[in-house]
Amino acid sequence: MQAIQETQPGRPADASATRLEVKDLNAYYGKHLAVKGVNMQFEPGAITALIGPSGCGKSTLLRCLNRMHEVIPHAHVEGEVLLDGQNLYEPGVDPTDTRRRIGMVFQRPNPFPTMTIMDNVLAGVRLAGKPPGDATLEEISEKSLRRAALWDEVKDKLHKAGTSLSGGQQQRLCIARALAVDPEVLLMDEPASALDPISTVKIEELMRELRGAYTIIIVTHNMQQAARCSDYTGFMLAGEAATGELVEFDTTSKMFTTPKEKRTEDYITGRFG
Amino acid sequence: MDFLKSPGFRKFWNAFMIIIAALCAIVCGVVLAVVVTFVISKGYKALNLDFFTKLPLPVGMTGGGVANAIVGSLEIVLMASVISVPVGVLAGIYLALFGRGHLAANVRFFSDVLTGMPSIAIGVFAYSLVVIPTGHFSAHSAAVALAVIMLPIVVRTTEEAVRLVPGVIREGALALGIPAWKATLLVTVPVARAGIVTGALLAVARVAGESAPLLFTAFGSQYWSKGLSSPTAALPLVIFQYAISPYPDWQQLAWGCALVLVALVFALNLTARLAFSGRVSAN
Repeated sequence: MQAIQETQPGRPADASATRLEVKDLNAYYGKHLAVKGVNMQFEPGAITALIGPSGCGKSTLLRCLNRMHEVIPHAHVEGEVLLDGQNLYEPGVDPTDTRRRIGMVFQRPNPFPTMTIMDNVLAGVRLAGKPPGDATLEEISEKSLRRAALWDEVKDKLHKAGTSLSGGQQQRLCIARALAVDPEVLLMDEPASALDPISTVKIEELMRELRGAYTIIIVTHNMQQAARCSDYTGFMLAGEAATGELVEFDTTSKMFTTPKEKRTEDYITGRFG
Repeated sequence: MDFLKSPGFRKFWNAFMIIIAALCAIVCGVVLAVVVTFVISKGYKALNLDFFTKLPLPVGMTGGGVANAIVGSLEIVLMASVISVPVGVLAGIYLALFGRGHLAANVRFFSDVLTGMPSIAIGVFAYSLVVIPTGHFSAHSAAVALAVIMLPIVVRTTEEAVRLVPGVIREGALALGIPAWKATLLVTVPVARAGIVTGALLAVARVAGESAPLLFTAFGSQYWSKGLSSPTAALPLVIFQYAISPYPDWQQLAWGCALVLVALVFALNLTARLAFSGRVSAN
């Protein structure tokens, strides 16, 4: 991490974002090859969007990055995912360590129903066995909720149930919960697709604020969202036998103005998908 | 034919069937109400301080109570719960979250069969498993029999309750780097807590009134039990022995015991219901 900060003078001093790299990645559900031969590098501190029609494997690829793919029965991964040069799929790498360094936000807000707002934020810190360091639990929860732009709305009801919040607030609570364990990378799987337009705008604003401090990778099938929020965009498409591949990966501006691939252009101009 | 299709007949038939169904529903309610009133009206006279604190007296002497049977029943049911609830809850969690192969399918099938197993057969099983090797009737052996009856109920209700917890809750916990066992026991299972508690309480209510398996395990006793490995009195046994006796005093005590049992089962069901309605209210 130190080395990266030195080689990137433009980054903020407190940034802990880390480079993430994918090499020759294949993802399987049982015998079915769902994602094939993906190679890509995620720029530290940038927002990368993965777009593509339903069933193209973008969520599967995302879940491979923090070893959540293998949680599904009979699912497995081939190839390498390198976090700061370390292959996460080497034997001996503990997936719980990986998931602490690479946080995840899901499509549907999933606050833990038996926990208060504060307990939700602190769930990872308490249960993942990560030492809280110097900060007290109160400090961690306030900092995380502030970063998730939720503090002002919940500071007076930290001991109410997390599920008592609105959908958009619940999703920001889940973001706060992911940030509380101080990850380096944040994965977001269609984080706004279950939310109303105003909540969506808030999530997008939040992503822009977190940009720089975290390497953010977002799956979306909303192309406007990708164009608005991301620095880089990867376009995926399912080919033969419903196997998804990365068709093209470039800066967002190039992808949306001068794509190299005909299929990318067809998708972006709304000719299919 | 036209008559059968006419709107008038259709409406009449609809109303007629609703009335039939309503009558059936009323019959069910009435049966329960009649049983409860009957037990209360016959049993309340037996209930006094002596009933709960004294031992049974020999024939011919008035008074006396069934304190030993009340304590014995509590002992046996408590032991049965201690055996069956932890095993049943863990088995239910396994079936709900991890059980996919042949093992799980077989466990589900066997526990369904076990649910319908005649309780007297389970009593004979406990008799040959515990009573014969140890050489005497005991509260232990009765607890084993009741635990076997409780087990499938606890397993299946736990499985259903845990299965109802959305998978994204568990995934959310795993994605935070929480180890799988903590994600299961400290995040997923608490969400299903109300359902699990309900299942355990209903299982207790089911076995509290079992008499057949106790006949040749706890056996019954007129005295305070000398320990968990000696013959022990239990409420269902007292009802069985006293109700068929020719002595009015004993018959009266049997009604009292029946009332206590019904009240216990009713209280457990009510508690289970309240536990279910009392969802998360973290304030």
